[in-house]
Parts: sequence; structure tokens; C-alpha cells
Amino acid sequence: MADIKIEDIIKSENLVFKKTKLFTDKPLSYCPGCGHGVAHRLILEVIEEMGIESETIGVAPVGCSVLAYEFMNIDMAQAPHGRAPAMATGIKRVYPEKYVFTYQGDGDLAAIGTSETIHACNRGDNMTIIFINNGIYGMTGGQMAPTTLEGMVSSTTPFGRDIELMGHPIKMTELVAQLPGTCYVARHAVHTPAAVRKAKKAIRKAFEKQKEKKGLSFVEIVSNCNSGWKMTPVDSNKWMEEHMFPYYPLGEIKEI
Amino acid sequence: MGELRLMKGNEAIAEAFIREGVDAYYGYPITPQSEVMEYLTAERPEKRTGMVVLQAESELAAINMVYGAACTGKKVVTSSSSPGISLMQEGISYIAGSEVPCVLLNVVRGGPGLGDIQPAQSDYFQSVKGGGHGDYRQIVLAPSSVQDMYDHVALAFELAFKYRILVLIQSDGLIGQMMEKVEIGEQKKRLSDKEIKEKYDSWALTGRTPGREHNIVTSLELDQAKQEQFNIHLQNKYAEIAEKEVLYEEMEVEDADYILVAYGSSSRICRKTVNLAREKGLKVGLLRPITLWPFPEKRIAELAKRVKGMLSVEMSAGQMVEDVKLAVNGKIKVEHFGRYGGMIHTPEEVLEALETKIIGG
Repeated sequence: MADIKIEDIIKSENLVFKKTKLFTDKPLSYCPGCGHGVAHRLILEVIEEMGIESETIGVAPVGCSVLAYEFMNIDMAQAPHGRAPAMATGIKRVYPEKYVFTYQGDGDLAAIGTSETIHACNRGDNMTIIFINNGIYGMTGGQMAPTTLEGMVSSTTPFGRDIELMGHPIKMTELVAQLPGTCYVARHAVHTPAAVRKAKKAIRKAFEKQKEKKGLSFVEIVSNCNSGWKMTPVDSNKWMEEHMFPYYPLGEIKEI
Repeated sequence: MGELRLMKGNEAIAEAFIREGVDAYYGYPITPQSEVMEYLTAERPEKRTGMVVLQAESELAAINMVYGAACTGKKVVTSSSSPGISLMQEGISYIAGSEVPCVLLNVVRGGPGLGDIQPAQSDYFQSVKGGGHGDYRQIVLAPSSVQDMYDHVALAFELAFKYRILVLIQSDGLIGQMMEKVEIGEQKKRLSDKEIKEKYDSWALTGRTPGREHNIVTSLELDQAKQEQFNIHLQNKYAEIAEKEVLYEEMEVEDADYILVAYGSSSRICRKTVNLAREKGLKVGLLRPITLWPFPEKRIAELAKRVKGMLSVEMSAGQMVEDVKLAVNGKIKVEHFGRYGGMIHTPEEVLEALETKIIGG
């Protein structure tokens, strides 16, 4: 048998994937199987490919991604729960030439921060909101979120979400698409290679819109929460396709 | 001498924001301070200096817009009145916990709850003792005239950036609404983005400068031992401020037997009381704290060694009096006299309270 050395395999022509330099070397704190890591990577790859790492400021509020600044090697602020869009507005208005984005979960964006989100979208603040929707409060242990589906079990809806009691899951992305201030609205996922490619394209487009000064760009990423949903990663992705996607259909919703 | 104008306190401070070279004002309307944003929008500061003025959807949003812009090294300010300041407490605590500089104006009105729209000083506890969660302090300046409203803006920003701390200008509906002569200063230039990067690149979010680590502004530290160390750092900073930045003004204290302690609008009334008392042969002086925090406790302790009594005069049910008592530490008699809920005392009422509660009491 031929003696194969590692140097013979690791050659630049064989390289098919590498970590973006905009990831720090800190191990991600997310549960294995969760979509957050991929979503982080896509944002950082887009920033690297656009060459705007020294022109970008990110804001991540309370939620699973509250420590996003540990992993993203760009200037970042941590926001109070729900307030990331207001902070980002504050930043963007004094630095209109910088790229500003928020990275918010569903509890943050669609419950406690609904007002800040709607008004930032309505003003057409020239920034990007990345919205991770996994239908649950992940960080605090799997409580019901505003996006929790009807009948879906969570730690505060142990018998399933009762619509009569708790109302319907809210479709924030369709809602903000109605507002004249938004210039680009899309919903994607990151559970398959094909979905990842589409999501990355959408994130790239969202950042490009800031350059064009067209208004607020908004990308929802429907994600699993295998820990909160108490499923294996594979099962949670299957469940997401079967239950989340029919209610939160993927695709491009609005572009100006 | 600079240009003289006749202005409301709220207008004077708005003009001072522009002339100080402030980069952004984010606010939400509330009586009795709505003239601040009305004046700013009418003045077109975006044309005068490039200053941003944005009306937010709530005080919650306004303070977080301030927080965001403050993270970037820009000079940023908001204004509100009591119920609005209550709503801002979450953001104020985050600002303290992440050590970013900014300036707030509270034109205090009567409370609690929606209360009324008349002048009051009942937010002293909230401002000085910490209205939000956690062990934090903020510098509190108490203007007593329209000129102070103007002048305190430059002082507030100097302190805010020197210590990377929130500075609150604590006014009230009287000083906000009344008109007085005010001397206007020169227009200062706003710092350019390049100047901000040069000055504050060690902490400000301006986009990661090639060659440096990314800057992070956060109030989160999950390791409790590190969080304790951070709190010790904050306490050391507060101790330095308490040592160096105390400001107060005195009137006729040299030979005084009795001292009135009053700030802001109350101190104006007490000036008249001092004159009335002196006419009656009573040796009364006035100590006016200009910084409510840090409080002039050393000076009050010194005076307590040689005067017979002190009366804390406030448009509240008795808040600052606790700090006067702490400083006096039982050495002499200290009492409170207040009108509140939007009512203002007369100089005669104050003199009567001094005579019955302190001199005759």
C-alpha cells in the first residue's frame, strides 16, 4: 500500500470548505444540530465576501444568540431583550455609511420587541434584520414563543398551544412586508445544503440593499430547536419541514 | 460676552445640544419637556451642524437608540419627563453596565404614576439611588436657572466622556418652562468619524479597524467571579467621581447658624428665604448641591460641626433629606420641608418651617 502523508491530501486544490476568518476561534455555544451556527456562518461569509468587515456593526439581543459577539469577529453590541432594532437605528443614523444588522430570535423580535421591530421597518431604517424563528424560547428552556405553532408542546404549553387561550402564531415576516419601509423581505431555512445556498443568497441581497440605501431588509430563517423541541437533530429538521414550513412558507416575499 | 437671548429652559438646553456639537438626539414627546424636540426640529440642526434628530416610537426605543449611538463614540442625548424616565430605566441600567457615555435630561413633573404636569423634585431617589437594576451610579446635575440648563450641557458631556458614564441633567417643569435671559456660547464643531476613531478606538463600535481586535459593548458576563471584578471596577470609578466631581454653591453660610439645603427650583425660593430671615436677624445660609450625585456630603459634614440645624427643602415628600441626614450623622438637627405633587413652596412658608421645625423645635 502506498504511503500517503497528510500533506499529500491537504492541498489548496483539494480545499472545498474553510472557516471564514470572521469567525473567532471560540467554540460555538449552540446545541449540536441547531441552525444558529450555520446562520452565523452565512452572515460572516457575506461580510467577508463583500469586504465590509471594517464597516459593519452588529447588534444581538437577549436570546440564544446573546453571545453572538463572542463568535463574530466584527464590532458588536449586545442589546436588551427586544431592543436591537432601536439600538441599530441609533447606530445607523449616526453612521449612515456603515453596514448595520441585528440578529434576533422569535421571542425577541415577535414578542417583547415587536414595537421596535415594526417601527424600524416602518421608518425604513437602512439596515438588515436577520430573524431566527424556531418557534420557541430556546435559551430559557423551551417556553412558548409568539411563533409557537397551534398544538405545539412547549414548557409553558405542556398540552400544546391552545389558540383560544393564547392566540395564533404570528407571521412577522408577512407583516413587515406590508410596510413601505421594507425593501427586501424573504424567508429561508438552513437545514439542507440547497436551503443554505438560498439563505446565503438572501442574506447577501439584504446587505447589498444597504449599499443601495433602499430601506430595511429583513430575512427570516426558519430553524429547528432540537433541544427545545426534545427531538434528535434529524427528527427536528423533518418535523420543521412537515409542520413549520406549511405555516411559515419559504421563499422571496418582497423586493423593491 | 456671548449673545444674549430670552428663552425657556427647554429651548435653551435644546440650543445647547446643537452648539455643543451633539451628534444625535432621540426622544419621545412628554409634557413638560416637549419644547426640547420641537425646538430642535424647528432649528433644522441637520443643516446647522449635521446633528440627527429622530422622534422614536416610545421612551424605550429612544433610550435604546441613545444606547446604540453611544456605543459608537458619538455624542448623543435624549430628554423626557418623569414617567418617560421610568420607562427608560432598563436602558439606563444597560448603559451603566456597558460603560458608554451619554446625557439625559429629566424635566421632572409631579407623580407617582401619571401624576400631573407641574414641577416637582420627587424623582431624586430614582436619579440618585438608582432607578434601574444592579449596583450602578450616574452623575446627576441639578440646574437652577435657564443659564444652568444651557451651561450644564457642556459639563455633562465632559463628565460623560471622561468617565464613560451616563450624566443626567435633573431639571423640573419650572425651569423647563420659565423664560430667562441666557448667554449663548460659540458653536462647537462635531467630531468627524476619523477623529472619533482616533479618540475612542479602544472601545467604540466604529467598525473593526484593520489590525485591532473587534470591539464589543455588552453588559453581560456569565462568569460571576468576573462579574464581581467588573462591579469592583465600577465602584472604584464611582469612588473617584465622588472624590473629584462634587459641585455645590453657597449663599451666606460663613456666619450662618442655620442652613437650608435645596437644589434646582427649591434653591431659588430658598434664596429669598435667606434674605427674609436675615431681615429678621436670623443668620440663615443656603447650600445648593449642583451635583446630586456625587452629593456634597463632606461639605455638609463640615458645616454640621458649626451650625445649629439644617432644613432640607424639596418639592418632594422628603428624599434628599436622607442624604443630608447621612452626611450630618446625628450631630445636629435635620428636618425636611416639602410641598409636592406639583405644588411649590413660598419663601415665607420655608421661613416658617425653619422657625418651627429647626429654630424653635
